[in-house]
Order: sequence, then structure tokens, then C-alpha cells
Amino acid sequence: MTYIPNTPAEQEEMLRSLGVTSIEDLLDSVPEEVRLKRPLNLPAALTELELLRLLRGMAERNVDLDHLVSFLGAGTYDHFVPSVVDQLVKRSEFYTSYTPYQPEVSQGMLQAIYEYQTMVCQLTGMDVANASLYDGATATVEAALLAVGPSGRGDVLVSRAVDPQYRQVLRTYAHGRGFTLKEVACADGITSIEDLERQLGVDTRAVIIQHPNFFGNLEPVQQIEHLTHQTNGLFIVSITEPVSLAILNPPGAYNADVVAVEGMSLGSSMSYGGPALGMFASKAAYLRRLPGRIAGRTVDNRGQTGYVLTLQTREQHIRRERATSNICTNQALLALAATIYLAVLGKQGFRTVGEQCLQKAHYAYEQLVQIPGFRPAFDQPFFDEFALRCPVPVAGLAAALEQRGIIPGYDLSRDYAELEDTLLVCVTEMRTRQDIDALVEALRQATSSSTRSPSMRA
Amino acid sequence: MSTEPLIFECGAPGRQGAKLPALDVPARPLEELLPSDQVRAEPVPLPEVSEIEVVRHYTHLSQRNFGVDVGFYPLGSCTMKYNPKINEVMVGLPGFARLHPLQPEHLVQGAIQLMYELEQMLAEITGMARVTLQPSAGAHGEITGLMIIKAYHESRGDYHRKQILIPDSAHGTNPASATLADYESVTIRSDARGGIDVEHLKMLLSDRIAGLMMTNPNTLGMFDENVVEIARLVHEVGGQLYYDGANANAILGITRPGDMGFDVVHLNLHKTASVPHGGGGPGAGPIGVKEHLVPFLPGPLPAKDEHGHYYWVDAGPQSIGRVRANHGNFGALVRAYTYLRFNGPDGLRRVSESAILNANYLMRALQRDYELPYDRTCQHEFVLSARRQKEEYGVHALDIAKRLLDFGVHAPTIYFPLIVPEAMMIEPTETETRETLDAFIGYMRQIAEEARTNPDLVRGAPYTTPVGRLDQTLAARKPDLRWQADHK
Repeated sequence: MTYIPNTPAEQEEMLRSLGVTSIEDLLDSVPEEVRLKRPLNLPAALTELELLRLLRGMAERNVDLDHLVSFLGAGTYDHFVPSVVDQLVKRSEFYTSYTPYQPEVSQGMLQAIYEYQTMVCQLTGMDVANASLYDGATATVEAALLAVGPSGRGDVLVSRAVDPQYRQVLRTYAHGRGFTLKEVACADGITSIEDLERQLGVDTRAVIIQHPNFFGNLEPVQQIEHLTHQTNGLFIVSITEPVSLAILNPPGAYNADVVAVEGMSLGSSMSYGGPALGMFASKAAYLRRLPGRIAGRTVDNRGQTGYVLTLQTREQHIRRERATSNICTNQALLALAATIYLAVLGKQGFRTVGEQCLQKAHYAYEQLVQIPGFRPAFDQPFFDEFALRCPVPVAGLAAALEQRGIIPGYDLSRDYAELEDTLLVCVTEMRTRQDIDALVEALRQATSSSTRSPSMRA
Repeated sequence: MSTEPLIFECGAPGRQGAKLPALDVPARPLEELLPSDQVRAEPVPLPEVSEIEVVRHYTHLSQRNFGVDVGFYPLGSCTMKYNPKINEVMVGLPGFARLHPLQPEHLVQGAIQLMYELEQMLAEITGMARVTLQPSAGAHGEITGLMIIKAYHESRGDYHRKQILIPDSAHGTNPASATLADYESVTIRSDARGGIDVEHLKMLLSDRIAGLMMTNPNTLGMFDENVVEIARLVHEVGGQLYYDGANANAILGITRPGDMGFDVVHLNLHKTASVPHGGGGPGAGPIGVKEHLVPFLPGPLPAKDEHGHYYWVDAGPQSIGRVRANHGNFGALVRAYTYLRFNGPDGLRRVSESAILNANYLMRALQRDYELPYDRTCQHEFVLSARRQKEEYGVHALDIAKRLLDFGVHAPTIYFPLIVPEAMMIEPTETETRETLDAFIGYMRQIAEEARTNPDLVRGAPYTTPVGRLDQTLAARKPDLRWQADHK
């Protein structure tokens, strides 16, 4: 019971000072009929040493990416995190603090959020950013909610090349809030311009694309922007791999209205997919419709620069049912990690991370498409992820490669029936040339034996 | 000393804090790989700083930040309990931290097992049939729960329920979540004892009611003695009951939302289960539901077969669908699991009992100097009013909060709940020593005395913090939300 410092004897003294004899006397407002009259049916308490053994055992029943050669991306990306990031995020003045409601004793977190907002604007080329949302999927939802506005109605068009999980979350909220979600078809691995044109109309409130999209391909962003802005709809760009912004044109440069980013790539561990980091930025025109916390710079009564949470009349604790969002707790600590990550890599280092992802992915692509039976699924430019048509179903290949400790990528047929035998391969700076060559060799061997199998489809 | 430059104002051109190994594949010209109109013209204008500059800068920032590890943090409704260090070690194990969410199930057995067992523990604690671990925070749990309630009504062909009942003492997230679920929020008055006014509730009940959201103990720290009657009344008109678990630190092993009659409950694991608040997040807001709502839960849900293998089961056709990508804030779940296993059933009950004792100890000691608007035994927190200080000396709750900072403790939550003027909501939690509580009582008494004898002293506070009171009006009127190279 080491987390409760007062001893039973001290607690008895405290009870006596209250004029009662037992803790039961303080519980008399809990009606007898709802009292739990037995102990909770939970495993018995463990000591710290027992817990260490138990959880280490559970952790070891997982095979982590230090023990696999993984080419999995599909929304979550394995990137190098310099040691300083973790060490600084572990400063307990940061991680044991609450949302900075008392700015005089929260300047550290507030200034870090201000720096974070600056970096999000620099990355995306947008005017304003908030202090973070739950993840890329819910940030995309918030972008759609901003677009439909207080009425909660209208059409939101989402490309089928947006991460399938993001589209599921959009569908959930569309039903809850009452707007209409329509999917725009793909053609050759990018959003179909023809289908987009067909579906745009007077009720369009937003068009959502992902860039690079779920297949890793670059979207024709200028064309989509142009078409979207011929209606009253907002152009929303969702980004799952923000390292791409080291190289690619920022959404602000192609006139995006709102940008929603999954920020885990920037200094956080993958941690089985969460906690994640929803980054959110927009044009200045939408500032007062932004969801969540925003930090701002101001002055104190001594004439010094200081930071506060600002524009709070948008938020639930002030505006209640008319708030722009219901979000309260966000992902501040991951925003701090992203800030430190971007600072320590800096202007040149971040660029290098982007270049290495781009180069290594293209090296892998060139090698893989030369294996007999393998060919590109699409003919599109890509950043660090691409789709590969395989001569056999991906499931069998993955099983064969796992024997060699390799995860070759993501099976796109899980989400797209038309993409059978299609593997989504991601290559970041974490993979060495040796890893890539091993993948190529393993796929070659796995398929050369299967060419003798009757199940092979060319 | 009292200002820290921005990271953008540090460093020098060419400095770099971290480097990668040399590229080990042949480098090809960028223009061969990407169309020129897709490429960024200039590198992202990030800082150019060395590692030591980064370390000093963020260490300095941390020194300008107050956390539970620094001192007493009686921020009401936020449950700022001690965050055990073993939690941080466990979450950093590579077997948890270095997992990709799309790895095949057989390579992540320990992770699914942890979530499976955590779900079972949370279901037992709340008295619910099943739990989804997807929601990332309390408000996320609220919208998830309301969408489940909506899907339930719709599954019965019941489309005309448009209202959610919410007490006037509720957190702002409740009505904000109701709007997100396309419901109209209808406010229920509190009665003289701080609970829901049952007579008012009866007037509001109709077949247009989709449900009622309730925090119990409520934001006054009072357990609503009429909860069973309230549940019966709402169920009678076909409504569902949502339990806002923000105050669940008061009920562990004592009572369960399921037994009180609630149909849906969220828990803030970053409050009740010792997950650190992280300066604003991440948290986790899993929700539990009764049997009749299980088909509507988001998926996938963890399961275990007869051979002891763990796997994910996709949601069924009635599910509301996903509420976020992947499986939830797994890191927060590892911490919560560690905490629950550390405490066990008896330990958890002692957590709540000790939190209640500490709160009553403070409340009784402070009611001499401050108005106690609801003079009842409290649960894990209580609300004082600075009305007397305001009326007699012109000292507001805000001033008292700021003055407390000078004593090296964090301020209580102020001006909430909205039904108490000049509210100061105080939640000590179970992890504070008697000496800390006594010291806080001393500070509060001294401030009450200062308000009487030297109100300007209190109104001018704080004095010992890195910055003084900040100009909120300026911040909102002329928003400065990002640094730009050309402004100073």
C-alpha cells in the first residue's frame, strides 16, 4: 500500500478529529441497496517486484520491431527517436502536470505548446494550429465537423484512398452528428477526378483526401483543390506520415483549408498504435472554429513575456453545448515529444530523415519489381510507401517471410477486395540496405518455390 | 532568469542536434523520384540547435512547470494523485513500446492479453458486461457512449428521442458531447442538498428523452442519494443512463455504476487509475456497457480461445463503428493495468476510502474560514465558496487561487461547478500525507486572514512564480499563436 502514505493509525486519528469512528461513517450517503457487499472480484495485489516479473513476461510474449525486420506502415511508421526526446519527456514536472489552467506555474508546458503550434504551422504551411487532438483519425473527424459547422449537416466527400480506419471513424461520427459521408472512388491508386467531379455539388461541405494516400501515392492535390474550391466545400488534407512534409509541398502551398495529421512519426514510440498525436492546423479564417486548446503569447503584470491558454470561449468548459468540440484532455505530452524531436533533428536533420525514407523506399521498389511475378500495383509517384502486386496471395508470403523474421508489409486485400495479392510496403530510415536486400531475397525464394504450386496466379 | 527564449531564438545556422547514419543505398536525384510541383521549395524552417541546447532549453521549461511530483495539486475533478514510477518503466519495455498496431495477432499475444484482462477488471469495477478500450479520454468516452445510446434507440425503431438530460453541476464536456451526437441538452436543476432535483427531473421526463448523463459523486463531491430513484424514473420513460466516471476515485469497491442502474459508464484512467496527465494528455476513457448495449460497442474487441490464445473480434453489424484508429491509448492502458494489479481489490477500496477521508479532513478544517455551501459529508472532493471574501474584502476565488501558488501548492479548480458562486473545488486524493494536508489548511487560513487584513496582498498574487498574472484579454484580442521569424 505504498501509494497511500498515511498509516492506519494516522487515519484513525484523522477520523477521530472528524468526530467519527470509522470510514463507514463517511459513506452514509451511499444507499445501502447499491453498496457492493463483497470485495471486487479482481486478482490479488502484487508487489512491485512481482509486477515487474508479470509485465516483463507479458511484454516478452510480444515480438517487437527490434526483433523483426518490418516493412509495415499503413498509418503507423517506424522512425528513429533520438535519446534526448524520451529523456526530456520523462521530466516529471511535465508528465505529472495537468492541462495548464494556472499559467503562472505552467509556463513550461504552455511555451512548449506555443513552440509546437509554430512547428505544426511550419510543417504544414498553415496559419494556425491547436495544442493537439487524440489522433490522426479523430483530427480528420474534427476537420469535417469544422466544415459542416453548427448545423451538423451537409455532404462530406472522402476519398477511398484515405486510410480505411479513418474512413470508419468518419462514418461513426457522420452518423452521430448527422452529416452525410460519401466516398469518392479511386483510379490507379489515387482519387478519381471523374468521380469527384460527379459527386461535388451545392451540399458539399468538405472534400477529404490523404496525402500521400493510404497506398503511399501522391494525390493530384492542385487539381483536387481547384475542383473543391469551385464549390463551397473546404479542402481537408489528412496526413498519416508527417515525415513526408520534410520533402513534399506543404498543404498550405496548395491552398488546403484544414490539415489533420497523425503525428506519432515525430518522436513517439508506436506503442501498439497509441497514444497517438492528432495535429490540427488551418487557415487563419477558421481560427475561432478550431477544436481544443490553443496556447498564446501575452504579457504579465510585471511586463514580461508569458503564455496562456487562449480563445477559450470556443471550448466546452465555457461554451458547453455550443462548443466547437467536446475535447478536453488531449495528447499534450506527445506534442511535447514532437516539438523536441523536430528541434533536435532541426532544419537539416529532419530533411535528411525525409530524404532517406524517400531514397530507401525507391531503392526497395526498384529491387522488388524486378522479382519475377512482382509488379507495381500503380503507376504513381510515392514517398516512403508503395503497393506491390504479388504473384500469390499476401497471406502466404507473409507467413513464409515471418519464418525469417521479416514482416513484408500490409495486405491491402484486407480493406480493398479489388486489391487481391497486393502488398503495401513501407521503408523508413530505420531499414538498412541489408534489410531491404533480405526482403527481396526472401520474396524471391518464397515465390520461386510457389511457381511450382498449382495455386499460383500470374 | 525569469524568461526562457523560444527554441527558434536559440542556436546558429548549421547546428544539428541529431544525425542519421550515411545513406546506404544509391542516392538518386530528387527530380527523378518526384514531380517537381510536389516538392517543397525550402526545407522546413526548423530550429538549428545542438543537443545540449535542446536539453537545457526543455529542462528550463520543465523547471517552469508544476506537477504532482513538485507539490500538492488539489485540482478538483482532476484527481491529481501520485503517478507510480513503475508504470513509466513498464510502458517503456520494448515489448510494449516497439509494437506496430498492425502486427499479426500471434506476435502480439502479450498486448492483447493485457487489454483483455484490463477490460475484465474494468467491467468488474464498474459492474458492466463489456468494455471498449478505444476512447482516448473522458470526453471521447462520452461521445462514444452517447452514440451507443443513439444506436440502441434506433435499433428499436425509436427515432424521436432528441434530448439528453444533464444536471446544472455537470462538466462542460457533457453538453458538448450531446451536441456531437446531435442531441439537445436539457438542464436539470440541483436541489438544496446538491443532488439532482427529482421533482424537476420528473417535469422534464418524456418519451423524447434519449438519456441522462450523471456524475456521481457529482462535481460538488456529493453522492446523490436518489440515484436509484433517478435511474428508475429515466428507465420508465425508456431513457438510458450514462455515468460520467470523472469522480470514480470515490467509489472503487464501495459501489458500482452498474449496480446504481447506469447503462453506460466511462472511466478516466488518467484520473482513477494513476495514468499521468501529461500536461493535458494522453489519457484513456474506456467505456463499459450493460449487456443490452454490447452489440453497439466499437470494435474490434479482445477475446481468448480455449487454447489460451488471444485475438481480436471484429464488431458486429449493429456496432457504431470505430471511434479512433487502432486499439486505444495502449501506453495509458499498460499503466492502468499495472496500477490495478498493484492495488488489487482491497487496495482499490482503500484508495477510495483514503481519498474520502482526506477530503473530509480538509473540508471540516476549512469551513471555519470559507463558506461551505453544502454542509454534508463529502466524498473524494468538496466545493468551498469565496463569496464572503468577495463581498466583505473584494477578494475573489481567483485571487485566493493565485495566492496559493506562492505557497508552493497548485490552486484548486475555481469557478466550477457553475452553481456555486466563487467556487473553489478541492480534491486532495489519497496519496497525500497528513502533513501536506495540514500545511494546506495553514495556507488557506493564512490567506483568509490576509484577505481580511491586507486584501491587496492577495489581489496582487502570485509573487514567487516565474511570471505574474498574465493578460488574458490581450491574448484573446490580439492572438499571437505562433512564432514568426520577422516578428519579435
